[in-house]
Amino acid sequence: MTTGNVLLDVEHLTMRFGGLVAIDDLSFEARRNEITALIGPNGAGKTTVFNCLTGFYKPTVGRLKLNHPAKGDYLLERMDGFRITQKADVARTFQNIRLFPQMSVLENLMVAQHNRLMKASMWTVGGLLNLPSFRQAEKEAIELAKYWLNKVSLYERADWEAGNLPYGDQRRLEICRAMCTRPVLLCLDEPAAGLNPKESLELNELLLGIRDEEKIGILLIEHDMSVVMQISDHVVVLDHGRKISDGTPTEVKNDPAVIRAYLGEDEDEDLPKEVANDLHMPSHAHGTGHDHGGGQG
Amino acid sequence: MATDIASPSASAAAKRPGSYDLPGALKESAITAGVAAVLAFPFLGLQANNDGPELVLLTRWELFFWAVAVVFVGRMLLTVFRWRSDARAKSAEGLKAFGAKFQRYNVWIGLAGAIFAFTLPMWPFADRYVVDIATTFLIYVMLGWGLNIVVGLAGLLDLGYVAFYAVGAYSYALLATMFDWSFWICLPLAGLFAATFGVILGFPVLRLRGDYLAIVTLGFGEIIRVVLINWYDVTNGPDGIGSIPRPTFFGYAFDRSPEEGTMAFHQLLGIDFDSMHRIIFLYFLILILALITNAFTLRVRKLPIGRGWEALREDEIACRSLGMNPTNTKLSAFAIGAMFGGFAGSFFATRQGFISPESFTFIESAIILAIVVLGGMGSQLGVVIAAFVLVIVPEWLREFAEYRMLLFGLAMVLIMVWRPRGLLSHRDPTVRLHPPGYVPRHGVEAQKVQAQEAELAAKAK
Repeated sequence: MTTGNVLLDVEHLTMRFGGLVAIDDLSFEARRNEITALIGPNGAGKTTVFNCLTGFYKPTVGRLKLNHPAKGDYLLERMDGFRITQKADVARTFQNIRLFPQMSVLENLMVAQHNRLMKASMWTVGGLLNLPSFRQAEKEAIELAKYWLNKVSLYERADWEAGNLPYGDQRRLEICRAMCTRPVLLCLDEPAAGLNPKESLELNELLLGIRDEEKIGILLIEHDMSVVMQISDHVVVLDHGRKISDGTPTEVKNDPAVIRAYLGEDEDEDLPKEVANDLHMPSHAHGTGHDHGGGQG
Repeated sequence: MATDIASPSASAAAKRPGSYDLPGALKESAITAGVAAVLAFPFLGLQANNDGPELVLLTRWELFFWAVAVVFVGRMLLTVFRWRSDARAKSAEGLKAFGAKFQRYNVWIGLAGAIFAFTLPMWPFADRYVVDIATTFLIYVMLGWGLNIVVGLAGLLDLGYVAFYAVGAYSYALLATMFDWSFWICLPLAGLFAATFGVILGFPVLRLRGDYLAIVTLGFGEIIRVVLINWYDVTNGPDGIGSIPRPTFFGYAFDRSPEEGTMAFHQLLGIDFDSMHRIIFLYFLILILALITNAFTLRVRKLPIGRGWEALREDEIACRSLGMNPTNTKLSAFAIGAMFGGFAGSFFATRQGFISPESFTFIESAIILAIVVLGGMGSQLGVVIAAFVLVIVPEWLREFAEYRMLLFGLAMVLIMVWRPRGLLSHRDPTVRLHPPGYVPRHGVEAQKVQAQEAELAAKAK
């Protein structure tokens, strides 16, 4: 693990809602030019981590440091929600797609460039006068939008209402919209949810393309293991708000703690050894009747 | 109730286009007649009469039975001729096609409307009354366009818009009577004051949306009115402010005999004095103010701030995730909407020459909001049409004064049934990559698009 290109450094993040501890002393790193996946069973606190990172929640304890390659360090836990995107260039998508459904596909991508265009329009004054500098900025914004539309083959449908697009295209449009904010860290909340296998493959290519061409870090929450295992460089596993494993996909896949979290266990009982072995190497013959019985919670 | 019953018969009729099933139609008519009977009995069947000191109840069975029979036969005829499956579909399609056609020509309709508006005082029928009504109409159009920024674009349901209208009117009246400043200085100041009030209102309601926002803005509107009534030292309370200076044509007054050392408008042009000059001048003044509001809105929609407002209406959380400052964006919508309300208010003050809190009651807010909602939120032409329906038509129907509110309600219900998103609810993108109606012709992409379009069309059916 090199520390040179750490992009996001999460230290001792804790989030409590009243008596409920959603995240408990979580520390991990996400690096530039890497896809970091955040996985875990339902209710493990993955989306809460995202909400803390993008300012929707204020963490109870902890430090979220972003090492922006061009602008220096930002402490995200101290910033207002929208400023995290505006200043620190962290963009996110949502588990349940949040497009602007009645606006066109292109307009969705233009809104993503709101801050840059507002500045170029001199907070509307220059825009009303239609100054050349504003027209130039608008042209550039449309060019950027076109670039991303071509990437996900939505160019032909740029003038459609975003809400009329099929589900898979809406997912990809949301990723494009986040990319149009020109982020250094892209946080994707279950981008493959509801996609068919073909669309899932296309998504993998898109994400790998973003990592390799844009040289940014991607933080990914995902349930679809085919996506996680194929594209992520680094996987962090959460369970009940705690980190239970951290490493490369292969390391994580073989971590007994992870298997236990996913398949369940009795509260105070360790997994019987032979069952753990069973789960590791299903081809081993240990008899078929008893193997999972002890493990199920 | 009747519609629930109607659905099985409608589906039965759908099997054979152009057909209807008689038992179903009879049943529907009977139910409708039953409802009519329940309603008609107290309203038509009974009549309370004064017979000397006593009140006697008369029954009017004949009238009652006639009413029920008319409803029965009417419903029967409607079912047989009008609500056959194909007739129904045809009329719905026709309405949709009409809307789309209207949309396509809306630039031309707008232009024709503007030309007509500019030439209105020259038409032979344009007497004092007509120009006066047209001026009132344009005030509402301008208010509708101003509120459209807040409600139609930014999606902030504002039930207290009349407060800004009042602030504009009182700012103008007070500045003009106290400091003797001219209309052209007071107008921008009044707009500025109204915008300031927009921001003041905006701050506490930033976190609210929808119904909650509507209630708070309603309260704000009432607060302004109550302050105007009670702050006697400044606003002169319920007595209002009188003798507000009239606007001048760049310093040339519309008076028969101007003050010493100044020249009147008719002297400037060397024509005879006519009291119509001022009326027509006021008409053109509000026309230009309204058109400025319109031009501003049309332009600002294509600017980042306008798109920001629309995005905020669609999804505030997504806006925040894109780095947009929702506070500033909302406040700017409130402020700019309020500013145009303030302009309209100062025009109102100078036109009337007298203002009192009575002109700024909740019903005004309701009418302005109704204009925006009926017109189709965000549609500029829709606002004009709705203002026509809500301002000019009641003026024509003055003879039916008692039924005005009834007709008003009926119009509302009909529009909500036929066009729940307003008369002109179609929204054009503010920026395009392809010309309107573009369909990709070749390549894999085109096939994909065509397949999806077919799917959408099937879904729409």
